[in-house]
Formats: sequence, structure tokens, C-alpha cells
Amino acid sequence: MSPFSALLRKDLRVELRTLRSLPAMALFAVSAFVIFRFGLDRTTLDGELAAGVLVPTLLFAALLAINRLFIAEREEGGFDLIRLAPVDRTVLFAAKASALVIYLVVLELIAVPIFALFFLDSVSGLLPFALVLLLANIGLAATGTLISTIATMSSARDLLAPLILLPLLIPLVIAAAGAGEHLLAAGGPDYGRFGTWLALLGLYDLIFLLVGYATFDFLLED
Amino acid sequence: MATLLRSITLRRLAIATVVVLGAGYALAFLHAPEDADQGFIQKIFYLHVPLAIVALVGFIVAGLFAIQHLRTGDSKWDARSYVSIHLSVIFGVGVLLTGAIWAKGSWGVWWEWREPTLVSFLIVFLLYATYYPLRYAIEDRERQGRYASVFAITAGAFVPLNFAAVRAAQPLVHPRTFSDAGGLPGSMLLAFLVCLAGMALLWVTLVRFELASKQASGDLKRIRRALGGDGGPPTPARSIAPVATSAMSSMRAEGKP
Repeated sequence: MSPFSALLRKDLRVELRTLRSLPAMALFAVSAFVIFRFGLDRTTLDGELAAGVLVPTLLFAALLAINRLFIAEREEGGFDLIRLAPVDRTVLFAAKASALVIYLVVLELIAVPIFALFFLDSVSGLLPFALVLLLANIGLAATGTLISTIATMSSARDLLAPLILLPLLIPLVIAAAGAGEHLLAAGGPDYGRFGTWLALLGLYDLIFLLVGYATFDFLLED
Repeated sequence: MATLLRSITLRRLAIATVVVLGAGYALAFLHAPEDADQGFIQKIFYLHVPLAIVALVGFIVAGLFAIQHLRTGDSKWDARSYVSIHLSVIFGVGVLLTGAIWAKGSWGVWWEWREPTLVSFLIVFLLYATYYPLRYAIEDRERQGRYASVFAITAGAFVPLNFAAVRAAQPLVHPRTFSDAGGLPGSMLLAFLVCLAGMALLWVTLVRFELASKQASGDLKRIRRALGGDGGPPTPARSIAPVATSAMSSMRAEGKP
């Protein structure tokens, strides 16, 4: 078994046994939908309002998992073990980011259908929107893993990751909400600027995967 | 380039800054024509735009310094990266204030969400504002420097991407409020370029000045400690400013009048 798959399987197994992140994320998302129902006083949503509720809710739910991503490593000495192990440390970045993408996909498999059930009249835009969400997840996992490592090693912990991540994730929100606005429009999906948004998401993913790959090693040095 | 810059003393640099900035604003007020559309308020363009360009370039330069820091492990690069971000954040406050004044003067509102450059700048400013709590949250000096450098590189890569994203978010029908400098008449362009050069010189001078000052206070602390310790005031429990190293002492010596 490669170090990457060993670390990824370890993370997924720990999550399956303890269920520390996923149920909280799903519960948070559903509660947020209910909050928006009363905050906006709307029973159906479409266009920019649908995207504007769904995308930020998923983002804030993701912050819950990002805050917890390295808790076990810090508390149980996992960072020391990865330093001692004769493997490339970047493998930890790849495994954690992959675990985060999997958490986010599971979260979306639960939260997006519930969102559609609560608010959407037509679900025809959800299939192309899934592609948008998948690309956004990769970017979110890249920056999230990097910033989570910094926050975990600091004394401000839970405070620091959302503080740094929120401005850093704005391009993802712009692209995902921009695409969602047209895909979830009342009159059925509209693919007007779909390509622009996908290109922007892809560029974001590429840049921050590269930055993470290049700098992660320096975060683990002791 | 870097060695050329270092060979110029701080005093000469400061004088050059005053001369170029003074000439730039003299050109802007006396030589450049008043804008036919916006009138006198358009003069703030010669302050606002150079400030913004210099602040953004400063953020990217800080990222390059941070790359040098991670590659060499020499903390002088961390100090340079820190001071660059610090001054660009201060310039950034000026950009947002002058931007709001200009918006009020020419559009009648203090804030305009449809102006993508201003919005992008706000996002970048918000991101760099978190640089201080980040440094403050890490006590170990060496680790603080490394983490700050990773942040500076990430944020430096974010700056151009963010501008592309905010630009893409604008409705296609919205006209660009300011076309780039190429559309300016000659005398305005000349005044603008001189102001831009002056602002860049001001940034470099202030960066060099703060580095020299940090080096001096670091040296003072070291000397006090060597002389028996209890002479000086107690060092603060935690500091976010990087430790100045002896590698910068040559710079400081040159900076002395």
C-alpha cells in the first residue's frame, strides 16, 4: 500500500468510526437552510438567491471540517510520525486534501438534495452544477488543507482558519455562485458563461494545488 | 538590480523620493489639464492609482521575498517580506480611503460594488489584514517566519487570480469606468507616470527605513544583553516582527548618514 492510500484510508476510517465531522457538517447545512427560509422569508428559491444560499452554506459547513482536519495529528502526535517516516511529506497534503474532497462530496450528496427538496421547483440545473461543485471542492480542499495546517500549529487554532480562508475563498464563491445563478434560474438552466466559470475554478484549483505542493513541506519542519 | 538598490544610501533615496513625488504632484496640479468630465476631483487619480499599483506590487514582491526566505532559510528575507506586507497594508488603507472619496466625488456614493478594481482591492486588503493575527498566533520565532512566508506566497498567488475573478463577475453590459493609462492624453500620462515613480520610491524608502530601524533596535537589544542583561526594558513576551539578523547590518551601515 502506498503512503498516500494508507494515510487516506486512515483518515476515512477514523471519520467512519468517530463521525466527528460529517454529521456536524450536514446538520449545520440543513439548519442554515431553515435559517435562510425565515431570514429571506421565501419558500422557493431560484437564480442568484438559490446560488447565494447554497454556495455560502456549503462553504461555511466546509469550514467545520477544515477546522478539525488536523486535530488528530496534533493531539496524537501524527505530525511527529510523518516527520519520522521515510516518505515524502507532501503525501500528507495530498491525502488530507483528498479526504477533504471526499467529505465535501458526501456533504453535498446529503445537503444538495435536501436543498432541492426545500426550495427548488426544477432540478434540471443540478447535474451541470455538480461539476461546478466538484471543481470548487478541489480548490477548497487545496487552500483548506494548507491554511488548516497553519491554524492547527498556531495558538489561535479555530479562529485563524476561517479568518484567513474567507477572503481566500472569495474567487471560488464568485465562480460557483456565478455559475449557479444561471444553472438554477427559474426558466431552466442557462449555459451562457458556464465555460468562463469552469475555467476560473480550474485555474484556482491548479494554482493552489501547486502552491500547496510547493510549500507544505515547510509547514511540517520542526 | 538588488545590488544597485542597496548601493544607494537611505538619505539619497529619501531625497530622490521627495524630489520625484514633488515633481509628480506639481505636474499633476499645474501642467496636466483638468478633466473635462470629472473636474478637479479627478486629481485624486494621481494619488489613488499610484498608491494602489505600488501596494499590489508590494504584496507580490513580499511573496517573492517569502520564496527566498523558504529557499535560503535566512531570516533577513522574512524581515523584508514582513516589512513589505506591512507597508503595502498601510498604503492599502490609503487606497481604500482615497477610493471612497473619489467615488463620493464623481459618482455620489462612498462605495461602488460595480467597480471591480476597488472590490478586488478590498478582498486583497482583507486577506492581508489576517497576516498580523497569523504571526501573532505563532510563538516560536523560526516557525512564525516560515508560516508567514507560506502565507505570503499563497496570498501573492491569490492577488492576480482574485482580480481575474472579480472582473469575471461583472455583468458584461457594465462599462469599464477607467480605461488603462494608455487612453490618457500625454500631459496627464506624464504626470501620472512621475507620480507612480515617486510613490514607488516612497515605498522603497519606507521599507528600507523600517528595516534599518528594526536592525538598530535588534542590535541595541543584543548589546544590552551582552552588557549584563538588566540594563534595558524587559522584552515583550511575544512579538510579530521578525528578528533582524546580522546579515542586514551592512544595509544599516549604508543607511547611516
